[in-house]
Amino acid sequence: MTQLALVIDLNVCVGCHACVTSCKEWNTSGVAGSLSDENPYGKDPSGTFFNRVQTFEVGTFPDTQTVHFPKSCLHCEDPPCVPVCPTGASYKRESDGLVLIDYDKCIGCKYCAWACPYGVRELDENQKVMKKCTMCVDRINDTSLADEQRKPACVLACPTNARLYGDIHDPESIVSKAIRENGGYQLMPEWETKPANHYLPRRSASAIDNELSSKVEQQRPNSLRATDASSKP
Amino acid sequence: MNPAFSVIFLTTLIGAGQGLFLALVAVECGLIGSALATGTALLVRGDAIALLLLVAGLIASFFHLGHPERAWRAVAMWRTSWLSREVIVLPVFMAVVALHGWGHYAGVNLASALGITGVVLCFALFYITAMNYVCIKFLQEWATPLTIVNYTLLGCASGFTLATALAAAMEPSLAPAIARWALILTLAAAASRIASLVRNAGLRPKSTLQSAIGIPHPRIVQKSQGFMGSSFNTREFFHGKTRQVVQGAKWGFLLLAFVMPVMLLTLADAERNGAIAIATFVIQYVGLLAERWFFFAQARHPQNLYYQATS
Repeated sequence: MTQLALVIDLNVCVGCHACVTSCKEWNTSGVAGSLSDENPYGKDPSGTFFNRVQTFEVGTFPDTQTVHFPKSCLHCEDPPCVPVCPTGASYKRESDGLVLIDYDKCIGCKYCAWACPYGVRELDENQKVMKKCTMCVDRINDTSLADEQRKPACVLACPTNARLYGDIHDPESIVSKAIRENGGYQLMPEWETKPANHYLPRRSASAIDNELSSKVEQQRPNSLRATDASSKP
Repeated sequence: MNPAFSVIFLTTLIGAGQGLFLALVAVECGLIGSALATGTALLVRGDAIALLLLVAGLIASFFHLGHPERAWRAVAMWRTSWLSREVIVLPVFMAVVALHGWGHYAGVNLASALGITGVVLCFALFYITAMNYVCIKFLQEWATPLTIVNYTLLGCASGFTLATALAAAMEPSLAPAIARWALILTLAAAASRIASLVRNAGLRPKSTLQSAIGIPHPRIVQKSQGFMGSSFNTREFFHGKTRQVVQGAKWGFLLLAFVMPVMLLTLADAERNGAIAIATFVIQYVGLLAERWFFFAQARHPQNLYYQATS
């Protein structure tokens, strides 16, 4: 069983919001119609978004870190939003594990949004139906696109490659490896929703330094490498 | 949570209608008071009023929907969704109440059988309505069996208070017995609602900012929620009222839904004075509106952890 997911590396997200704007651009132009905005240039602008980047400060000055934290639907393996839907508009697709909404069946009762602990569902105030991240379902299934283009818009837009996309049920996928090797974690595990999306935790600065310096060392021309004592006779 | 007035009116109106129907069936079966002295007029009119309350509640619920014209679709997922079950059981119950009233009006013998069916549906509806809230386990203020007890007892109390007013006007001999049950149910509802207030006061949220973003550091401060205006997330889950308003709603509903009705039922002879009896119902109903508002306002949704700072 496939379970598509995003893995977000908090070490390299710089909070540029490119994923937010590319998501909005792709999904507002899609067949399902616009992601409506209200007062976009007015006093209290408001709009429908699938993806947000939030910023947190961790620690006490001067030992603080700024963490940029992208948040979108986590495509839970046990999504609490799905069974509460009275019409069946919200469903989890068996073929790829995506949690999707049939906008034509949605009655806009907002119950699914109440039943999502992460606050990733947003009612479109113009169309009056619930919306959320679809993992760019209309891109990833579009066989007319080249393979490298068949990824969510946010993943393609990310300039630091902080967003990885793949099947977390395939142990050899890029996302499974990233989760395994970097201690990828899920949000609010206390509610047992089993989010498919994972986050890669911040590593300490010294660990990153060591890793970078060893990479630099590897890439140096042989003649400049520090002498390896063991190779000498 | 930001209280949804459509849902507040839905649950309080159908609760009163359900309670009134239970009172009527109790009278019909001779469980309360003496036999009906003036025929079945009380039952017919009572069923009509109960039906009116149920219809009003159903109409209120439509205002909650973005697409009311698609409401019929909500019967589809009864296997998993409490809301779907409510959408099915409410109209069936309304039909039974209507038939029950018509049976008494037309003198058809089916009325008692319909009464029993109605009672079963009525309790099922109380349970289903409450389960809509209980089943959201991370809304810890709601996820308790006390929510079911409260919805049932609060509905019964207001319905019996209304039945007292009806009896005072139409069947004065029955009024004292119904009033006694209205008093008992109001006291029981007060006890269970206060129990849930005590429980909720001691709740510790299971979700924290640490679990929300997965960083186990004791000091995390949000610097930006990602946008500077408002969004569905900031409108739907925050009531935006001060602590004083919320506390005022709490003391208000304790006074209006419980203290005053108890005083009016015991001291003011509500069962003998139709006007006082109706006033008792109205006061209690307003109290229950405040109670339901507070029920929403008190519930802290974990998603709010992500929306603590604009920029």
